[in-house]
Amino acid sequence: MQWASWSDFWAMGGYAFFVWGSYGVTAALMIAEVILVVRRRRATLEQLARAARMEKGQRNESSQ
Amino acid sequence: MGEVSLITALRTVVAREITLAMRRRTDVFTTLFFFIIAVTLFPLGVGPDIEVLRTIAPGVIWVAALLASMLALSRLFSSDFQDGTLEQLLLAPHPLSLLVLGKVFAHWLLTGVPLVVLSPLLGMQLGLDAQAIGLLMGTLLLGTPILSLIGAVGAALTLGVRGGGVLISLLVLPLYVPVLIFGAGAVDAQAKAVEFGAWLYLLGAFLVMTIVFAPFAAAAALRISVE
Amino acid sequence: MTNLWLYFSSPKTFYPLAGKLIPVFSLLAIILIAIGLYMGFAVAPTDYKQGDSYRIIYIHVAAAWMSMFIYVVMAGWAAVGMIWNTKLSDMMAGSLAPTGAMFAFVALWTGALWGKPTWGTYWVWDARLTSELILLFLYVGFIALRSAIDDPRRAARASAVLAVVGVINVPIIYFSVRWWNTLHQGASVSPEMAPKMAATMLWAMFVMAMAFWMYTIAVVLARVRSEILERESSTEWVREILARQR
Repeated sequence: MQWASWSDFWAMGGYAFFVWGSYGVTAALMIAEVILVVRRRRATLEQLARAARMEKGQRNESSQ
Repeated sequence: MGEVSLITALRTVVAREITLAMRRRTDVFTTLFFFIIAVTLFPLGVGPDIEVLRTIAPGVIWVAALLASMLALSRLFSSDFQDGTLEQLLLAPHPLSLLVLGKVFAHWLLTGVPLVVLSPLLGMQLGLDAQAIGLLMGTLLLGTPILSLIGAVGAALTLGVRGGGVLISLLVLPLYVPVLIFGAGAVDAQAKAVEFGAWLYLLGAFLVMTIVFAPFAAAAALRISVE
Repeated sequence: MTNLWLYFSSPKTFYPLAGKLIPVFSLLAIILIAIGLYMGFAVAPTDYKQGDSYRIIYIHVAAAWMSMFIYVVMAGWAAVGMIWNTKLSDMMAGSLAPTGAMFAFVALWTGALWGKPTWGTYWVWDARLTSELILLFLYVGFIALRSAIDDPRRAARASAVLAVVGVINVPIIYFSVRWWNTLHQGASVSPEMAPKMAATMLWAMFVMAMAFWMYTIAVVLARVRSEILERESSTEWVREILARQR
């Protein structure tokens, strides 16, 4: 193990700002991308379902 | 109607382009004045110290030439697209890439060559000596056709796209980087008394490469845009 | 082999396949990230010269590699789409771009934060950093062109041309920037002087790069699935999927 304690680990030998600044932003961007992709999938499914319902409604109207 | 030979077709395309430009001369002059004004702004921003101006002169003139030649790009195909000429070109029995090359050549004659002709004036303004000015003209002569060729690909891709004018700069400017580096690099190397021939060769090689590849890419892009 | 390829290059068969692959690659990405971080932070020793600031390179180098690989892969898919006119390859190219741009940005951001303690400045006009920045511009242009064109088919094909033109230019841009850098030598410090790395450090870097690959595949497949649904919304099989969703 390279670190004597957790506070030692978080201090990163005095380079905490640079190291955690890099890892923090990278992690944030990757998580944000995953969230965006998941949200896009939900939005697509919802939109297509709505379009299908509308089409169904129209078909029912015209058959009556 | 008989078959029109390729040479005749090319000559017609170039002549038509030039006739149209002569009818609307403001387009050519806009590009030229943009070039002059942009370069003139630099001493006003940086200060009149001729030593400083001389060191930045190649870069400034080249960047201004880049931006000026980009200004005219969005018009390269758009009027032909609107009046249906472009569809005729697509239907012509000759390879579209060669016709595009003809159009680009005419475009370069109208926007690139004036920049080359005018550059000595701006070079003197920024304190370049005769030898540097000669080299600057040489690099511009080799470099501006590349700008028109790469620009034609961007113009063809953004044809009829909303916000095409701004978009084209986003697409084309990163691809202009090697031209800027080679062109300004040659003049800069000469000023530092370093061997500058290599930069000219690189610029020439890049020109040959774009002449070979860019018309195909532009033709492919035109087909996609018009379809 | 060709038949298998054709079979999976149709959106209908690819959609469920991608759905099965996404959890696999997500899991692999999480595991590899955990291993890479453990190796990079717990096993690898502190660098005698740079101290602990060097630990940024695990993500910096991996992100820089990814940003370049993704551009080449994207252009490859674009070329496939142009030659064989397959729908799926267009969607692949478009779905790769945002992740590639993200990694290009990460490479620049972490490079700046590494540069400050190492060279004393956040930004150096070094050949690699400069070409990475231009690569980011190329990604932005690709994404902008794609979103500016409303018709998805035209958007895909136009951006494919741009990607192919871009990938021919990337090596020229890189070398021109390198030569530009040697002409203007002077104040700048080159990162090529980075000290030799220990084997554990190299391994940690490699594992992180693999982790980013897995992450990219998972995210891109998910994005392609949404794209398939949008573009194939009028087909029977998509309707069936929608009916099953409820």
